[in-house]
Amino acid sequence: MKYIDEFRQKDAAQAIIKKIREVSRKQVSIMEICGTHTHSISKYGIREALPDNIRLISGPGCPVCVTSAADVNRIIAFSRVNRNAIIATFGDMMKVPGSESSLQEEKARGADIRVVYSPLNSIEIAKNNPDKEVVLFAVGFETTAPTVAATVLSAKEAGLKNFSALSLHKLTPPAMKALLDGGEIEIDGFIAPGHVTAIIGAKAYGFLASDYKSPCVVAGFEPIDALMGIYMLVKQFEESRCAIEIEYDRVVTWEGNLRAQEVINEVFEPSDSLWRGIGNIPGSGLAFREEFAAFDSEKRFSMPKGVDAEPKGCKCGSVLKGLITPNECGLFAKACTPEFPIGPCMVSSEGTCAAWYKYRRVA
Amino acid sequence: MCLGIPGKIIEITGDTATIDVAGTRKDASLRLMEKAAVGDYVIIHAGFAIEKVDTKRAEETLRLIAEAFEK
Repeated sequence: MKYIDEFRQKDAAQAIIKKIREVSRKQVSIMEICGTHTHSISKYGIREALPDNIRLISGPGCPVCVTSAADVNRIIAFSRVNRNAIIATFGDMMKVPGSESSLQEEKARGADIRVVYSPLNSIEIAKNNPDKEVVLFAVGFETTAPTVAATVLSAKEAGLKNFSALSLHKLTPPAMKALLDGGEIEIDGFIAPGHVTAIIGAKAYGFLASDYKSPCVVAGFEPIDALMGIYMLVKQFEESRCAIEIEYDRVVTWEGNLRAQEVINEVFEPSDSLWRGIGNIPGSGLAFREEFAAFDSEKRFSMPKGVDAEPKGCKCGSVLKGLITPNECGLFAKACTPEFPIGPCMVSSEGTCAAWYKYRRVA
Repeated sequence: MCLGIPGKIIEITGDTATIDVAGTRKDASLRLMEKAAVGDYVIIHAGFAIEKVDTKRAEETLRLIAEAFEK
C-alpha cells in the first residue's frame, strides 16, 4: 500500500536500529502515548531490538482502555431502562467490561446495540428508526472527536430529533501533564501520537519542552516511523536538548488541521473527564456546548450515575499509567485473555495487555 | 482506535469522496478538510478524511533516511 509499504522496509529499519545503538548512551525511559504505537512496537519487535539503556513504556493511549468503568456502567444501566433506545458504538467498545457486564453481554440480553464504523452511520440508523432514540457512545481522542462533532452538525442540519451522543472524548496533552505531575513514573521523553497530532498540531506539546524539559517527537505508525521517532529522541537526549519535533511530517504540521479544530470547538468545550486507572483529569474531556444541548445524551435523558469499580484483581490502571508491564498482573494470560478479557487493556487490539499477549507472551 | 489509513481520492461528489485504499473503494466525508482534490492522498479515520498526505515530504523523508542510514 502506497505510503505504508515504504515505511516498513527491513533494510532501512535495521540501519536505523544500528544508528540508535551507536548513538545512545544515556539510560532513558520513553513513553509512547498512543495505542497504535504500542501495537506497532510490539508487532515489529521494536522493544527487543533497542539497546538495554532505552526503556519503552506504554501510556494511556487506547481510548477504549481509558474509558472509565463508571461510564461503561452508565451506558449499560441506560440500555436496561430504555429499551426503546438504540446504542451505537465502535466495535472495540463491545467487549469492554464494566463492573459486572459489557455492551456485548447486554446485547445478548436483548438491548439494541449496534456497531458503527463511522459516527455518520449512527445518523443513518436514526433516520431509519424515527420512533427510536439513537445514542452514540462517543469515545475517542482528538482524532475521533472532530468526526463526532461533524456528525452532530450533520444531524442538526438534517433536523434529526432522535439522535444524541454521550461525549466521553479524551484529550491527550492534559493526560501527559497529569502523568508528569503525578510523579509516580519517570518519563524522559514522549513519542506523541501521529493522528491525534494531525488534528491538534505539534504546537500542543510546547509545554513539555518549556515547563518539563521533556523532549517529544510526533511519530507515524509504521516501524520506520517509530524507529525514526526513537532515534530523534535519542539524539535529543544525547545532545541534552529538549524540543518538540515531527517525524511524521508527511501528515502532521505544527498548527494541525484548523478546520477540524473549528468543528470541535463549534460543538464542544473542554471539561473534566474521568480516566480509567488515572481518575479525574481537569480539562481532559469535551462536553457539548449549550447550543447543542439537544444532541447531548446527558441533557436529553437522565443518565444514571455509574459506580467506578474496577473488576476484581484487574491492574489495568497501573498498566495504563506505565507503572507495571502486563506480565506483572496476576490475571495476565491466565484468567484474562483476549477471548475472555477481564480488564479493558486486554480487549482492544491497541490495549497494552492485548499487544503483549499477542506478540510477547513468554512462558 | 486512532488508526488512519492513507488512500487516494478518485472522485468527489458534494462533501463525500470516493477513495482508493489499496485497490478497495471507500467513501469518506470531506467535511473536516479545508481543501481536497481528486488525486490527493488523504488519511481516513472513522469515515472521514482527516488530513492530506504531503507526498513530497513522504518522498523526502524516505530519501533522507536512505542517505543518512543506508551506507
